[in-house]
Amino acid sequence: MTGIDSGDTAWMLVATAMVVLMTPALGLFYAGLVRSKNTLNTFMMCVAALAVATVMWAVVGYSIAFDGDGDLIGGFGHAFLRDVAFEPRDGTTIPHLLFMAFQASFCIITVALVSGAVVERMRFAPFLVFAALWSVLVYAVLAHWAFGGGWLAQQGTLDFAGGVPVEMGSGFSALAAALVVGARRDYGRQALLPHNAVYVLVGAGLLWFGWFGFNGGSGFSTGNPSVLAFTNTLLCPAATLVVWFALDLIRGRQVTAIGAATAIIVGCVGITPAGGFISPGWALVLGAVAALPSYAVIVMRPRTRVDETLDVLAAHGIAGFTGILFIGFFAQTSWNDVADGLFYGDAGQLGSQAVAALATPVYAFVATFVILRVIGLVMPLRATDHEEALGMDIVQHGEEAYLTGEGAILIPHEPDGERSPA
Amino acid sequence: MKLVIGIVRPEKANDVLEALYRAEVRGVSMSRVQGHGGELDRVETYRGTTVKMGLAEKVRFEIAVSDEFVQPAIDALCEGGRTGEVGDGKIFVVDLERAVRIRTGETDHGAVTPVGQ
Repeated sequence: MTGIDSGDTAWMLVATAMVVLMTPALGLFYAGLVRSKNTLNTFMMCVAALAVATVMWAVVGYSIAFDGDGDLIGGFGHAFLRDVAFEPRDGTTIPHLLFMAFQASFCIITVALVSGAVVERMRFAPFLVFAALWSVLVYAVLAHWAFGGGWLAQQGTLDFAGGVPVEMGSGFSALAAALVVGARRDYGRQALLPHNAVYVLVGAGLLWFGWFGFNGGSGFSTGNPSVLAFTNTLLCPAATLVVWFALDLIRGRQVTAIGAATAIIVGCVGITPAGGFISPGWALVLGAVAALPSYAVIVMRPRTRVDETLDVLAAHGIAGFTGILFIGFFAQTSWNDVADGLFYGDAGQLGSQAVAALATPVYAFVATFVILRVIGLVMPLRATDHEEALGMDIVQHGEEAYLTGEGAILIPHEPDGERSPA
Repeated sequence: MKLVIGIVRPEKANDVLEALYRAEVRGVSMSRVQGHGGELDRVETYRGTTVKMGLAEKVRFEIAVSDEFVQPAIDALCEGGRTGEVGDGKIFVVDLERAVRIRTGETDHGAVTPVGQ
């Protein structure tokens, strides 16, 4: 039994903060992609994840994901963070409490990712309920399967930093959410365009930065797997960018900025499951390969009736799927000390990866579909057509993102009443 | 020759453009304006400050047309802009003294008639 390592702990403290930053970064990325009248609501869905998913994780999510090695779910021994303190988490050299916080930041960003499917029309209150239920019933369960000793981990699936629970989990849930909530009123009838490409680029840049903590922290140490995953997080998205530029040039003769921001996400997602298992050379190849199916889905999806608004399926679901399978081909013991893929002599690894690549989408899609249908029985999921036309910022939050201040008439406070706290 | 000014909801601006296009009214300028009609004021809160938003965002169409296109332009603005709620906007029609197409120097009827008609 090893004790706490101060270097590992220091890195994991930083990595956790970096991953928490990814959620507001995603808020910025998403806010830039919607119309200006929905800026705040879109950002607030990410803030909602920071609120609701964190609380649910502490209450029961962490326990379901990481208490014991049941096949389907963990136990309830760590509910309300019971027995989660300063002793090292089994198999790591960092405090259990820090391990919990690092995993919490994954749950938060994943809940926020799903919101991309339903922005511009889903009401805020049902989204809060959805975030609470989804973080436990989908994220924590998938995290247990892949990270917590569940059946996928037992049958040998390799997933370094969350291709199963984070990327495929959010991507295929997003597809279900878009189908249940339904398309925006004007979808397919009017051009619904991103209102600020600079937000999208800054958001993508901050996400990439945070992803070094996400992948680099998933070794829970400063050891070789972490260094490998960290470096691959630089290489893989760069290759995706280059290929994306080429695809843009072939298709439209111009390289687009929003396309580049999307490519950064796709590359980071692709390397997420594979980061600590493949060589830097194969990480470059993975980045290039991952661009193709995601690019194809992004081109095709708007021609369908499915208003999966911000393409979570293409950027996360499909790229995560590519990354998970890629491990099965090109994992290399000389780099990871764990397993070889098909290319290095172990065809069985590809089988283990394929099982995860099939089971995860099915569970995420079905569970999300049922959760939203059930919430829909209790409260309306979406705003009325009139509210959707006005914009969700004014209707759901009583605020606007781009206020001129002209025409605003101050409503005076009651003479003896207290000012509400700022 | 008239100038038709239509002030409509921003979220209906695309519907108005479509209706104008169908009515074969070409040559439109639009701008974002803020105004106040009979609408109820929106209440918004920013931290401790609660305000009544007295001005609402609107889109202003300006369409210079020859006489036979005045009614089609008005119909298109009504059809595209109407929701039935207070705040759908107004249409003003004013006489137009002169019009000049800068490129050719054509005046009046020729200037407000789209090229190729």
